[in-house]
Amino acid sequence: MKTVYCRPKCMKEAHFHYCPGCGHGVITRLIAEVVDEMELRDKTICVAPAGCGMLLYNYFDIDTIESAHGRGAAVATGIKRVRPENLVFSYQGDGDLAAIGTAEGFHAANRGELISVIFVNNGVYGMTGGQMAPTTMLEQVTTTSPAGRDSVLQGHPVKICEVYATLDGTSYLERVAVNKPAAIIKTKKAIAKAFRHQQQKTGFSLVEILSPCPTNWKMSPLDSCRWVDDVMTKVFPLGLIKETKKC
Amino acid sequence: MKGFIRIDPERCKGCSLCMEYCPGHAISLTNRLNLKGYFVADFEDKKECTGCAVCAVMCPEVAIEVYQIEKTDER
Amino acid sequence: MSGNSAVGEAAVLAGCTAYFGYPITPQNELTEHMAKRIVEVPGGVFIQSESEIAAINMVLGASAAGARAMTSSSGPGISLKQEGISYLAADELPAVIVNMMRGGPGMGNISPAQSDYLQATRGGGHGDYRTIVLAPASVQEAADLVYVAFDLADTYRNPVVILGDGMLGQMMEPVTFTTAAPRKEYPKEYVLSGASGRPSRMIRSLLFDTKEEEEHNWKLFRKYQLMEHNEVRYETFLLDDADMAVLAYGIAARIAKGAIKRLRQEGLKVGLIRPITLWPFPMKIIQETAKQLGDFFVFEMSTGQMIEDVKLALEGKGHIHFYGRPGGVIPTPVELSRIIARHCYQSQRSKKR
Repeated sequence: MKTVYCRPKCMKEAHFHYCPGCGHGVITRLIAEVVDEMELRDKTICVAPAGCGMLLYNYFDIDTIESAHGRGAAVATGIKRVRPENLVFSYQGDGDLAAIGTAEGFHAANRGELISVIFVNNGVYGMTGGQMAPTTMLEQVTTTSPAGRDSVLQGHPVKICEVYATLDGTSYLERVAVNKPAAIIKTKKAIAKAFRHQQQKTGFSLVEILSPCPTNWKMSPLDSCRWVDDVMTKVFPLGLIKETKKC
Repeated sequence: MKGFIRIDPERCKGCSLCMEYCPGHAISLTNRLNLKGYFVADFEDKKECTGCAVCAVMCPEVAIEVYQIEKTDER
Repeated sequence: MSGNSAVGEAAVLAGCTAYFGYPITPQNELTEHMAKRIVEVPGGVFIQSESEIAAINMVLGASAAGARAMTSSSGPGISLKQEGISYLAADELPAVIVNMMRGGPGMGNISPAQSDYLQATRGGGHGDYRTIVLAPASVQEAADLVYVAFDLADTYRNPVVILGDGMLGQMMEPVTFTTAAPRKEYPKEYVLSGASGRPSRMIRSLLFDTKEEEEHNWKLFRKYQLMEHNEVRYETFLLDDADMAVLAYGIAARIAKGAIKRLRQEGLKVGLIRPITLWPFPMKIIQETAKQLGDFFVFEMSTGQMIEDVKLALEGKGHIHFYGRPGGVIPTPVELSRIIARHCYQSQRSKKR
């Protein structure tokens, strides 16, 4: 008998607190798989965010620090500059990176900090109950945009990858999704690539992951996965946005 | 190639993504509740499983382990 | 050397290898000194951050990674850092934060003031926490207290604030750097370095379980009690025979010393209690002094903030006089001596009656 798939070694036994069908679970697992496969457990330091990803330290058997809401990139910068030999990544949501932490993320990217950001874009503030995020689609109904997001009053969805692509400090930016098997496999490759970019000191790397949030989108898990393809990818096109050097 | 999977019933939250994406439709939702209060998915032995691991790739709970039965095992 | 540069140089000599700052007057010379100096140290890290918020969070990261980390700012910038200081205290991470106070509130101005006393001594950010607050009164003392600050931060794994003001930061005085006693090794079992050959570590302050959070709060409280017990520092000046005790800290205490020397020439028996740690506040010496004299004169470059601690210490005993100059105004020793003298004479007259 051959084991085709089992739980990654660098994951603890704790059960996820994520809602049924949530993309965070897949992303958490993919990071652990990449850390295992690249044999990075001994040198990785994870910066956990405020938001749905905040309990990462309960799941990863790697050194992890919690950061204040939006400050992940600054905390990761502090760690990486002191310990350049370690692999440092920050896990951040859309409210975290694209709203309250805009300055920290943007300037870490601009300085070309040798960190990787795993940016989970599900278009809402999940942990707080589904409020409008900077990445919420136009006309999308959330608890704080009950009539649907109106561009006149509430602006447009923020495209982090495209914005960061204009910064000379960034070396690898890719937008992927975790809504179907092929996309998930691509996402795993993108995370591994981001880590390789960090190891090869090419610059700041970020993987933007479109991730279903069935609870706050008020959809079934399967419908959420379809909604990523049908609606989200129209605003946030998937694919490689920038890569300055092949890694 | 034959395979089988194990779903940890306490991790499963019944999101049914594994069922939807399983090419052999070999997983179904049971009427058993786990301690968290979810109806859990389970593998149907009689159905065709190749051990392709698509279910494990989709599973947001890392609740599925996938095995393939090698020819030596069959003997 | 300016106070700002001296603090920076002392920090480097105290083993600080990570400095993060954002420009704000009147503390820029400190950031500028670090930009040149800290990169000369092996592994030295200097970043001019995009904001004070980013700077304090970089300090948090660097501290978690095991470095002696520091940031500095002035009033408005310190307000922005409060979020990070709260996290540092909750995460039990050492760090040194320098505040060269200026006139406030709001934008205020860039002249020396002591208006951030309450913010510094009451924690400043959200939640139930305290930071040790050191208030130097000269450039030499500022440099000396930097060594102390880093050691206290490491001893208690807690942020330590050095509370100076624009005058201390800007003024030039001779200073010698005692490269201190050989640095103590502090246990670093919390440091994140990658879980090589050991179980993984986590640094967090999120405790959903109310019981766990309560226990964490009491644990911090016990640590603060220990600080209150062990770390009180103060200086007294001509207090033994005094009829009136002036209470002032930092530059205000230096002005007060000058005033007291004049008053002594006039034959007025005035002494000084100068808190060096503003938190923990030197309660005991004030209470002991209250047995010997009844008049306390609080002088601050604010509308009166430390006076609240003096009132708490005296518990209704004695008579408290106050003179405050907020807004960046620095009274001269002559001016202050006249005010104190007036209060002395009034007090003597009312006693005779």
